[in-house]
Amino acid sequence: MIALDKLTDVFVAVADTLVADFDIIEFLELVAEKAATISAASAAGIVLGDPTGRLQFVAASEQSVRLLEALAVQSESGPCQDCFHTGGPVVNTDLRDTEAHRRWPAFARLATSLGYQSVHALPLRHQGTAIGALTLLSVHAHPLEDADVRVVQAVADIATIGILQERSIRASGVLTEQLQYALVSRISIEQAKGILSRIHGIGVDDAFSLLRSYARGAGLGLSAVATEVVNEPDRHPTLTRPPR
Amino acid sequence: MTTSRPDPAVARILLQLADEPLPAGADGLVSTLTRLCAALVRHLPASGSGITLVGEGHGSAGIAAAAGPRSRSLEELQFTLGEGPCLDAHASRRPMLEPDLVGAGSHRWPIYGPRAAELGVGAVFAFPLQIGSARVGVLDIYRRQPGPLSAEALASGHGFAEVALRLLLQEQAGASEGRAPEGLDDVLAHRMEVYQAQGMVMVDLGVKPAEAMARLRGHAFAAGQDIAAVARDVIDGILHLQRDHPPHDPGEHP
Repeated sequence: MIALDKLTDVFVAVADTLVADFDIIEFLELVAEKAATISAASAAGIVLGDPTGRLQFVAASEQSVRLLEALAVQSESGPCQDCFHTGGPVVNTDLRDTEAHRRWPAFARLATSLGYQSVHALPLRHQGTAIGALTLLSVHAHPLEDADVRVVQAVADIATIGILQERSIRASGVLTEQLQYALVSRISIEQAKGILSRIHGIGVDDAFSLLRSYARGAGLGLSAVATEVVNEPDRHPTLTRPPR
Repeated sequence: MTTSRPDPAVARILLQLADEPLPAGADGLVSTLTRLCAALVRHLPASGSGITLVGEGHGSAGIAAAAGPRSRSLEELQFTLGEGPCLDAHASRRPMLEPDLVGAGSHRWPIYGPRAAELGVGAVFAFPLQIGSARVGVLDIYRRQPGPLSAEALASGHGFAEVALRLLLQEQAGASEGRAPEGLDDVLAHRMEVYQAQGMVMVDLGVKPAEAMARLRGHAFAAGQDIAAVARDVIDGILHLQRDHPPHDPGEHP
C-alpha cells in the first residue's frame, strides 16, 4: 500500500511549480514522475482530450519511445480511452489476461511486445466528466488496492487542478489584453479628434463625425483609423491633409 | 483611519465578493472601484488609496478610483509629472514599495517625491494590476506616516490589487464584442480633453504624441496649473504653445 507521506511530497513539489513562471507541461511532467514514483509503477503518462474529443499525449515520467508508443496507441482504444469516455478509473489490467486482449487487441499486443505487464488509467476529473487520463504502466505485476487507487486518483486530481488553473490564467490574460487594447484605442480616438479638429479648423465633435464617416466609408475600424491618424497620418492623406 | 488593525481575511472576502456578478444598472465600474479603495483605507493602516489605469506607451491613462484625502491629487500628480511609484510598478511589473517618501523616495522620484510629501504622504506602495505578461493598471496605497507595510498589510495589498484586476476584467468580460467596456469611458472622462489637446499640440507644433504630452506637462508644471486646465485652454484657443527655440543656441552651447 502506498504510504501517505509520499503523497505529501507531491503536494510540496507541485506547490513549488505553482509559483512564478508556471509552465503547464513542466508541471504535468512532474506530476507524472511523482505518480510513477509513489505508486512504484515503471512509468506514468498523462493524456488530454483535444477539442475534437481525441486523446493527445501531453506529459510522461520519462522520455522513452516505448512509453510514448503505449500512450499513442490508446488514442484509438485502450484503458485510457475507456477511462476518458466513462469518466471512471480502469485499474488493475493485467496484460497477460485474455480479457485485456479481447477488449483492446491492438493496445494489449503492442504493450505486451514493449514489455509491459500491468496498466492503470485514472481520470482527470472535472465537473463529472474526464478531461484526460493519468496512466501507470509497469513491466511487472502491479496490483493497486482500493486505498492505493484513491491516492493515485488524488495525484490525477492535482494534475486537473493545475490544468484548470492554467486555463483560467490564460483566459484572464486574454481579457486583460482586451482591456488594455480598449484603453489605448479610446485614447487614440481622443487624440485623433484633437488632430483632425486642428487640421480642418472644426470642433472636436465634428472631428469625431469626420473620423467616423471616413472609417465607415473606407470599411475600416474606428480605433484602427484613429491609431493611424495619430502615428502614421500619411496613410490617410484625404483625412489628414489640410483642405486647400 | 489608520487605527484599524490589518485584517488578512479581508482580501479573501473581497476575492469571493469579486467572483459575484455585479448588479446591472447604476452600480458602475468607477463606483465599485471607489468602494474598493474606501474599503482598503478602512481595513489597512492607510490614509489613502487610488487605482490608475495605465496604457501601454501612454503611461497613466486615467484615474479609475481614489479614496482618502488628496488621493486623487496624488494619482493625478504622477500623470502630470510622468513619474512616480505607480508608473514604476507598471514598468517593472513588480510592487513598488517606498516606506520613506521624503528620504529615499525623493531620490527615486526627485519631483514626485517632495510634491507628494507636500500633500501629506510619508509612504507609498504601488501594486501592478497584471496577469502573466498582460497588465492594465496599478493600485496605490498611501500612508501619512513613513514606515514599511507589515507582512499582513502587504498580503492584503496584493489581495486588493487582485480584486481590483478581477473587477476590471469582469467589466471587460461584460462588454459586447469589439466594443470598449462601458465603465472605461467613465474612467477616461476626466482625461478626454487632455488627449484632445495633445492631438492639437501635435498639429500646432508638428511633433509626435510623446513630445506633445511633454509640452503640455511642462507648461502645467511651470505655470503651477492642473494639466486638465492647460488642456482646456488649448482647446478653447486661449493658449497656444509655441515652437521651441532652436535646441542648440550657438552662442551658449558651442
